[in-house]
Amino acid sequence: MRVTTSTRTGRIAGLSALALVALALALPAFASRAVIQDLFTILTLLTLAQLWNLLAGYGGLVSVGQQAFVGLGAYAMFAGVILMGLDPILAIPLGGLAALALSIPTAFFAFRLQGAYFAIGTWVVAEVTRLLIAQWKTLGGGTGTSLPREATSDILGVEPIRVLFGLREAAARDVLAYWLALALAVLTIAAIYALLRNRLGLALAAVRDNTEAAKSVGIDTTRIKWAVFLIAAFVTGLTGALIYVQTARISPDAAFSVTNWTAYVIFIVVIGGIGRLEGPILGVIVFYALQQALADYGAWYLLTLGLIAVVVMLFAPRGLWGLLSDRTGLHLFPVRRRLERIDLEGGK
Amino acid sequence: MILETRALTAAYGQFRALFGVDITLAAGETVAIIGANGAGKSTLLRSITGVLRNAPDMVLHRGEPIGALPPEIVMRRGIAMVPEGRKLFPSLSVEENLLIGGQVRRAPGPWSLAAIYDLFPILQAKRLAPGTSLSGGQQQMVAIGRALMSNPEVLLCDEISLGLAPVVIRDIYAALPAIKSTGTAVIVVEQDIARALSVADRVYCMMEGRVTLTAPAQGVTRAEIHQAYFGGAA
Amino acid sequence: MIWLDTLVQGILLGGLYALFAAGLSLVFGIMRLVNLAHGDMIVFAAFAILLITQTLGLHPFLAALIAAPVMFALGWALQRFVLNRVLGKDILPPLLVTFGLSVALQNGLLQGFSADSQRLAAGPLESASVDLGLVTVGWMPLLTFATAIAVIVGLNQIFYRTALGRAFRATSDDPVTASLMGIAPKGVFALATGLAMVVVTIAALYLGMRSNFDPSIGPARLIYAFEAVIIGGLGSLWGTLAGGVIIGVAQTFGAAINPEWQILAGHLAFLVVLLLRPRGLFPRAVD
Ligand SMILES: Nc1ncnc2c1ncn2[C@@H]1O[C@H](COP(=O)(O)OP(=O)(O)OP(=O)(O)O)[C@@H](O)[C@H]1O
Ligand SMILES: [Mg+2]
Repeated sequence: MRVTTSTRTGRIAGLSALALVALALALPAFASRAVIQDLFTILTLLTLAQLWNLLAGYGGLVSVGQQAFVGLGAYAMFAGVILMGLDPILAIPLGGLAALALSIPTAFFAFRLQGAYFAIGTWVVAEVTRLLIAQWKTLGGGTGTSLPREATSDILGVEPIRVLFGLREAAARDVLAYWLALALAVLTIAAIYALLRNRLGLALAAVRDNTEAAKSVGIDTTRIKWAVFLIAAFVTGLTGALIYVQTARISPDAAFSVTNWTAYVIFIVVIGGIGRLEGPILGVIVFYALQQALADYGAWYLLTLGLIAVVVMLFAPRGLWGLLSDRTGLHLFPVRRRLERIDLEGGK
Repeated sequence: MILETRALTAAYGQFRALFGVDITLAAGETVAIIGANGAGKSTLLRSITGVLRNAPDMVLHRGEPIGALPPEIVMRRGIAMVPEGRKLFPSLSVEENLLIGGQVRRAPGPWSLAAIYDLFPILQAKRLAPGTSLSGGQQQMVAIGRALMSNPEVLLCDEISLGLAPVVIRDIYAALPAIKSTGTAVIVVEQDIARALSVADRVYCMMEGRVTLTAPAQGVTRAEIHQAYFGGAA
Repeated sequence: MIWLDTLVQGILLGGLYALFAAGLSLVFGIMRLVNLAHGDMIVFAAFAILLITQTLGLHPFLAALIAAPVMFALGWALQRFVLNRVLGKDILPPLLVTFGLSVALQNGLLQGFSADSQRLAAGPLESASVDLGLVTVGWMPLLTFATAIAVIVGLNQIFYRTALGRAFRATSDDPVTASLMGIAPKGVFALATGLAMVVVTIAALYLGMRSNFDPSIGPARLIYAFEAVIIGGLGSLWGTLAGGVIIGVAQTFGAAINPEWQILAGHLAFLVVLLLRPRGLFPRAVD
């Protein structure tokens, strides 16, 4: 016998995922610009949702302040472009680094708060960051600013895409952003999956289920929480920067919006299924479908989302994916360790 | 029978802790339940009080099924509990701890604040101190008094000697005759076998979730108890 | 003299924040529930009072008298039928449910009342002021502060002088042992949330009479309330008043230096206290 996390459906899912990624890469050749833009939004939301799921679903850290890292990441990218004259694409890593830098004092403060008050603590830090950024007049202060035309006119990599697909400049920029979002989403999911499958996954499960017990078997829970929080902040910052490369216009209220970057993300994870890698994927699809269906109804849309999240927590706390996998026993990303019997005789 | 369990089974999640326990308690009777650590004594009391829920007819009070009732309802029927480890409320003073025992149900009967202070005079002097600032023995007195405040029909005591010095145990057990004399039926769960037998009419011995011995408290031999306590060849 | 005036205004503003915080503190103290919809409930109550003043033509004080029992019933039902089901060792479900409620409430109000700013018309009281010699203060801020003190005294009386308060404290200490005393913890929780909603109604009354409100301002009130609770030390109502006053004073001084710094100064004061006294100024002895 040996311990393994691989399953047959897991392997099939892996192959299908590869095929899906290949298809997604080729998509700009035949999809319309609107589809590419929608997919960009979906992919960035999916990345944010996976990260929030890592925090809350696996690490037990319910942050309501992730917009701090989206916003600061975006502003750092803008600063790189406007103040340092960097190419927007090359300025994206600045977003990650800035978010990482912010996450250290954030964790320092928020981890001092007892249990559930952690959530509001992160929110306060996000508000403080927003208010401080709004004082930064060179980046537009409270009203915000746009990426200068010189910076957006010849972004690294746009020209070959324009030639390859015979697109106009703006559309080619969307394709580039889409590919980056695709890469970020796939890498994030793969990295979290890898993380969960190795020792950190075990440690995280122990921390979430019982901090005291985890401590008693020698797991340094504080260090693990720090690690998860910092990693999530870094990638959230990268995502924020990427989102605003595509948007090209920024304001503190939009970049630090709790609705766009945290509420949507929480609803995606909760509805899809918290604590599962599959959850955010299913969640983002449901979310997008609801958005299309209710787009014309304004506040009704968010009202409905909020209520659905409440109902899901009450009646299906493991989300739609939980319901689905209970019925079918399906696991696309097996992380649970099972004992597998190795047939010593060989063959059947 | 004022209280009875029938084929009572109980579990913590996957873990079965009781396997078909039958005990009875007659009005005014005192029954001792003894057994080693982990035998299931506290689990039995938790099942009776409703902290652990069971099938309705696994626990009968005056012949009525109460096995599925929540603890607050069971208590209001007159079954009061002195929980293992005393479990005083830290935010409440000694007197408030006593008062809360009779706050929801207060049947007519002998017990009142004054009667409790008569039984345990030391508590009167400490009545305004936080309950958990008292010594272990005094806390145990509060826990017993708190349970009595509702004038219960049945008093369940879970290891009231736990962690106390012998002289203190003696003081606390000295109160039991006064309690019994009011007609209250009592179940005492104990590890201190001699102490338990000295106050009980009958004794049950438990091992690994089962009753292994039922006997009158007077006349049961050490060998019988040893056999029931540890199983196998004594 | 201008600084003394700023100080007094800040202290009085703290009364409003203490009112925001009292309900949050009450619910957390009894059932360890952090209600992320608390701020939106204050705004909801303000709209409820507004609706009553408009339809019945009553003064806001009288309207609040009608709104309070309604809010009590809503809070009771919310706890009984929704929140009790998700309370437990895992802190995730209640947080996510109240977050969902927060967003739903905001958008429900937006749909029902539009994004327009509203105000509760309090008549001549709004502009009346009293000369205290060194400073002149408005009746409204003074009344707010006095109400905050009255609410805290009242809640403390309930907590420490009544059988209900005893049940609150016992259940907060240990719900299982409380149930062995015949107390139904879930019933106690429902009463506590109902009571918290009465306090929320009082907070909403003063919020609405002192400033404009619209459906989007709930989260900021939640944050002020939370900061006051943490600064004060969990579980201490008087500490909560102190916390409110610290935020209020920081805000008025921030605003006196630069109007854009008002909110920021309040948050920074909170972070400084959290840095120096992580358990707040008046932490509870037992916890
Ligand atoms: N909350 C719980 N969760 C899981 N298992 C439990 C729990 N409480 C008790 N058990 C298990 O149930 C069995 C019976 O425990 P119980 O507390 O009833 O024993 P006891 O006879 O009261 O022992 P003691 O004399 O130590 O108090 C034990 O094996 C114990 O480990
Ligand atoms: Mg026991």
